[in-house]
Amino acid sequence: MHGTELPRDAVVPHPLELSEHVAEARRHMAVCNACRYCESYCAVFPAMAMRRDFAAGDLTHLANLCHGCKGCYHACQYAPPHAFGINLPATFAEIRQESYAAYAWPAGAGKLFERNGTLVSLLAAVITTLALVLVAAIKDPSVLYAPQTGPGAFYRIIPLWLMNLLAGGTFLFALVALTMGGLRYWRATGPGAGAKVTAAPAAEAAVDILTLRNLGGGGHGCNDMDDSFAMTRRWLHHAMFYGFMMCFAATTTGAFYHHFMGWTSPHAFLSLPVQLGTWGGVLLCIGTAGLMWVKTTTDPVPVARRLLGGEYAILALLFLVSATGLLLLAVRHTGAMGLMLALHLGLVLALFVALPYSKMVHGVYRSLALLRNAMERRAAARAAG
Amino acid sequence: MSMPDFNRIWNVLVVGGGNAALCAAITARRAGASVIVAEHAPLPMRGGNSRHTRNLRALHPAPTAVLTDSYLEEEYWDDLLRVTGGKTDEGLARMCIRASQHAPDFLASCGVTFQPSLSGTLSLSRTNAFFLGGGKALLNALYRTAAQSGIEVLYDTEVQHIEAKDGFATEAIVSHHGFPERIRFRALVAAAGGFQANREWLRQYWGEAADNFQIRGTPYAQGRVLRDLLDQGVQEVGDPTQFHAVANDARAPMEDGGLAMRLDCVPFAIVVNRNVERFYDEGEDVWPKRYAIWGRLIAQQPGQVAFAVTDSQAEFDYLPSVFPPYKADSIAEVAAMAGIDGAKLERVVAEYNAAVRPGTFKPMVPDDCRTEGLTPPKSHWARRIEKPPFILHPLRTGITFTFLGLKVNERARVMMADGKPSANMFASGEIMSGNILGQGYLAGFGMTLGTVFGRIAGEEAARHARN
Repeated sequence: MHGTELPRDAVVPHPLELSEHVAEARRHMAVCNACRYCESYCAVFPAMAMRRDFAAGDLTHLANLCHGCKGCYHACQYAPPHAFGINLPATFAEIRQESYAAYAWPAGAGKLFERNGTLVSLLAAVITTLALVLVAAIKDPSVLYAPQTGPGAFYRIIPLWLMNLLAGGTFLFALVALTMGGLRYWRATGPGAGAKVTAAPAAEAAVDILTLRNLGGGGHGCNDMDDSFAMTRRWLHHAMFYGFMMCFAATTTGAFYHHFMGWTSPHAFLSLPVQLGTWGGVLLCIGTAGLMWVKTTTDPVPVARRLLGGEYAILALLFLVSATGLLLLAVRHTGAMGLMLALHLGLVLALFVALPYSKMVHGVYRSLALLRNAMERRAAARAAG
Repeated sequence: MSMPDFNRIWNVLVVGGGNAALCAAITARRAGASVIVAEHAPLPMRGGNSRHTRNLRALHPAPTAVLTDSYLEEEYWDDLLRVTGGKTDEGLARMCIRASQHAPDFLASCGVTFQPSLSGTLSLSRTNAFFLGGGKALLNALYRTAAQSGIEVLYDTEVQHIEAKDGFATEAIVSHHGFPERIRFRALVAAAGGFQANREWLRQYWGEAADNFQIRGTPYAQGRVLRDLLDQGVQEVGDPTQFHAVANDARAPMEDGGLAMRLDCVPFAIVVNRNVERFYDEGEDVWPKRYAIWGRLIAQQPGQVAFAVTDSQAEFDYLPSVFPPYKADSIAEVAAMAGIDGAKLERVVAEYNAAVRPGTFKPMVPDDCRTEGLTPPKSHWARRIEKPPFILHPLRTGITFTFLGLKVNERARVMMADGKPSANMFASGEIMSGNILGQGYLAGFGMTLGTVFGRIAGEEAARHARN
């Protein structure tokens, strides 16, 4: 069984070895693995059933596989106030956060996950203020407040090279940091770290990621608010995720138009980049606002309240990025465009800087957990013949 | 929540808050009755033993979305006859079996979700439909449906006495959040379970041994309504001394430990009592058919405790236990950890090992691994206990429910001691299970009984109240 393939733990202790949440999750697993009523809820429970021993790496894997749907909590005969006090969603959320901190790159940056809400909010505030102040200080008011139209209107406010440098630089840094974190997580967590990743489990994981299958609760949804089932969180997350991707596609298309077609922004409303950005922005606004609403109204017991600050902060930042993007579109032919552009780009910059040290990193670890899960399931199916 | 109206006369009072109670309440409400439910437990612990259940046994002539193959009346009846040893009421039992066909659909109509039928290793997926997430998820759905349909549910409300005269009940004396109140009604459904959590009552039959029994389910099964109605001339059914019980982990909580406390290691171990003596064939039959006798067997041992001993070979043949077993590299050491005589256990294991005949070990079916010349024998899955670490699980009796109940007829109407049916009292669930289960138990049958008789009781109570 997998529990025995853990020589790496003997050499280098897992970073979460001494975590009290890991100890608590181990206690939970002893109960859950003897009960197994939740086996049809999500991927966590079949993955748990494959194990008898729960090393810190196994628990980190299971915690990151958990989507926080809360189905297991509301169905639990041992949930508080029962003496066993089983509350997997909250326990796993704490371990996830600890794993984000443990694998953050560069080493030491994990501290940024403490008081994460304050950090993300401060970053957003400082960077947007800087952007506004700098633009206002450097630009002649006659340019800044005058309506700018025609090709290159945006660049008369903030030069293209500066945009490229700041946005490209921070985004590349975020990519490197996320990749490094992901690699460290993959090596240190759970079994099979050395196994070769093949196309089939990768495709399976991709489907899980793109459809959020594990937020389906076995077909009828999750306990978004209370013990009733809904697909609300799944759809809101879809809106946010695909909205984000459309905005990203808008930027990429814009860059392509600029560098390869020689078409300079602002583009027409019906052009591809503006359409992608507009609808992506709308979806992103709906998704992030909706998810914040879910967080404020849901049953608070199966939630790790300590982590809510960081979660609200990143959702709010994403909302502001998309909302200012939409406002920029609305006012781009008026004198308010200059300030709105500075505000929007300031927020985008803050998002990129905060990205590797925010809830956003869950995308990387959750995806890797789903990939590992797909590989494990195949290995188990092969072993069973 | 607003104060409930204790002045009005409700059409139907349902006593209890488990599956049997809710099925009755919802059915009565759907038939147009005004319904009030008095649940002894507070909201988070609501639902009686249903909270710990997982499935129900349902007749089905063809595969359904939640059940494989088919399971017909005769086979179902045979299964019931075998476990009860004939201590059953054939008419009631067959009626219940036939009605069980519609139980999953009824529950689904109340928002209950079932697991798809082809899930993994469950050997019961042909006969039993599994609730997605288990009994608490089922209860959540039933309570949601109850609230949506306008049923008044009172939590933390213990029914202490039913005012009844000549089999006609008029009101209930209750303790509502600790305050005395009366609930007046036209018809009553008693669905308040057995008395297994009432140790004083158990002591009447079992003496001090009762203090060593673990109560697997709800601590609210005090049998107060059962006692009250029996004292008022309702006919009793079922052996008051008997209960359904399994082998639980000795370290489990004394109440409410639920399903996860049961241990499945027995067929793959040898079991000794406190005096380090074996007392029963551990490998008599496959575990699903034998797990229910072990609670009784242990209850009859000195100190109501037993110890399952095995070795590292067996570790993955049964579900893991919540409390880790004692493990040591020698039999004497593992015995010392459990506080039993090590030298004697070494002798018992050596005798057993010497009696083991070679065979091909097959964990899921009765195999040919057995002992010869050993008393009692181990008929299947007998392997030598020789590969350290040695493993020891301490066992105690875990009671699921008691068999004593209220006599009912096929319309769930409570029968009086003089043989006449009560005018307006009905019963469903564990409080009347003794009508069909004179002894033994069939996995998932408790929820079948609760659903089938709950529906009938609800329908009849509503009919009576609205006439």
